[in-house]
Amino acid sequence: MVKEQTILSNLAVETESLGRIYKIHGNTKEKNVRKELVALQDVDLHVRQGELFGLLGPNGAGKTTLIKILTTLLAPTSGRARVSGFDVAKEASRVRPLINMVSGGESSGYGLLTVRENLWMFSQFYGLPSKQSYERIDALLKMVGLEDRIHTKSSDLSTGLRQKMNIVRGFLTDPQVLFLDEPTLGLDVGASRDVRNLIRSWLDQDKTRTLLLTTHYMVEADELCDRVAIINHGRVLAFDTPAALKQSLQREALFEIRVSSMNGLNTSALEHLPGVRKAARSEVDGVTALDFSLQEEAALAGVINRLTESNVKIMRLDKHEPTLEDVFVNLVGRSMDEIEKEESDDEQSESTSRDVD
Amino acid sequence: MTNKANPLAVMSTEKATGWKLFWKTVLARAYPRVVGQQREKSWIFFDIFLPMLAVSAYVFVYRAIHAPEEYIGFVVVGGAMTAFWMNIMWSMSMQLYWEKEQGNLALYIMAPNSMMAILLGMALGGMLATFLRAIAIILLGSLLFHVQYAIGNFLQLIGVFFAAMTALYGLGMITASLFLLLSREADHLVQLAQEPVYLISGFYFPIRSFNFWIAAAASIIPLTLGLDAMRQLVFPSGALLGFLSVNVELSVLLILCIVFLFGARALLGYMERLAIREGRLTESRR
Repeated sequence: MVKEQTILSNLAVETESLGRIYKIHGNTKEKNVRKELVALQDVDLHVRQGELFGLLGPNGAGKTTLIKILTTLLAPTSGRARVSGFDVAKEASRVRPLINMVSGGESSGYGLLTVRENLWMFSQFYGLPSKQSYERIDALLKMVGLEDRIHTKSSDLSTGLRQKMNIVRGFLTDPQVLFLDEPTLGLDVGASRDVRNLIRSWLDQDKTRTLLLTTHYMVEADELCDRVAIINHGRVLAFDTPAALKQSLQREALFEIRVSSMNGLNTSALEHLPGVRKAARSEVDGVTALDFSLQEEAALAGVINRLTESNVKIMRLDKHEPTLEDVFVNLVGRSMDEIEKEESDDEQSESTSRDVD
Repeated sequence: MTNKANPLAVMSTEKATGWKLFWKTVLARAYPRVVGQQREKSWIFFDIFLPMLAVSAYVFVYRAIHAPEEYIGFVVVGGAMTAFWMNIMWSMSMQLYWEKEQGNLALYIMAPNSMMAILLGMALGGMLATFLRAIAIILLGSLLFHVQYAIGNFLQLIGVFFAAMTALYGLGMITASLFLLLSREADHLVQLAQEPVYLISGFYFPIRSFNFWIAAAASIIPLTLGLDAMRQLVFPSGALLGFLSVNVELSVLLILCIVFLFGARALLGYMERLAIREGRLTESRR
């Protein structure tokens, strides 16, 4: 029956003008005042089957809200969303057998049960035969290096080990579309690498599987995802492959040249050279660093000639490759760290008694 | 069938659906109740020793005032049944709220199983785990206070017990959804409901002591009639102290079963729709 629920379209996930507004109470002084919080606005996304798609954005950007809508846990207030061809609001019962979700830092399951018992219990909610369930649990726990904790009560696991157990829960039911919401949150470098390897191996096994991952780790998104959507304040600002997003910033060639001394040469003289858009000087570790933005790489020769003519000794030359962080800054105007720090400061200054209605 | 070497390969076995999935879910959700709770040995103290203290107090009072000897048996049976009410209040009713706080509720809603199966699993697991405690209280109380039983109709006794349990856990399923909607007020409500129910359900005395209308109103709690009917069936003079005839009480219990189970289903459906619409019930705090 479940196998008969074949994918009706070659898009694993599609959203059209998707929006979600929360109604929230004010603080204790204005308890009866209802405010609206726009968590998602006009989100149009198309995730193809077989893709590893990343949602990249700071905390509070709307990533988790989007995941909740796609996993049938939350109704959109506008627009619509489909998973494996089924409408998440109207056909939730057809979506649910095909999906699973794991959130970073979740404490699901029961502390008095062992790792194996907890995983078996969740597998039963998806109808897995017990024998097969146990076999898959044992093998998956081995893959994430948790085989020696198989009979440990989950309450005795560290945060990282517990997260590994949660991740196994996601893969255990063999979903068509897997949603991972900040899966490596709280994991150390080695454990994060294990999880990333598991994700890739899982996708490589079957080209119809799809994985939608939310993260605010730029490097993780860059390394793992086939395509990423950058999301902030509930809006998708851009979505493409990481390479294409970075390429969009590469209309300019960026170089950093470190020199011993400027010998009286100033940056404005360098900026007047043909093909030089911008030149900036800074001191890095006691050395002068010159950052150039050039119209094209060929303009670099003129810069080097000018420095040589002025007897400026070049110590090092680096071509600067744009990162997803640069893409984010370019789109939003601030870094993700800055946004999260501001949000955190705002939350601290606001009343803590804000409830979603 | 399974590719043991590679758990990431596509599964070749079909997953259960329909009623098979429903019962797999019931058993899986009952499992932590039955197995998990037995691993926490503190229940022996809290669920057997403490109720036995209350039972003993009533026994000594009845003996001091030379009450009929049947009253001693009434108290022991009442003390055993208290375990079920405690289980309904502190485990069953609070369970969905705790599941939400733990993050399990979202996983239950998202899975293809029915939420009714989850609640039924909680109820079944709670009932089985509590049954052991109730038996322990009956055995201990009967030995300590020399209670004599004379079971006239064993089948009817079993019928009354299961009807009372079904209606009681149906009520528990309703309160589970209600308490989830009420969220942070839930624990206050549990405390509020506990002691008055001890009184009006006649845990330690026959409800015939009340006037008819108070006893009738108390009958909305399935333990009231269940306990009264069971006392009539296990003690020689029980029928003389009973509120209504066993057959009438059994009939009312069966009606309560239907009302509470359908009520639980309707309320659970409402709760799930509200959770998805409002977005508040799958989050511990926002």
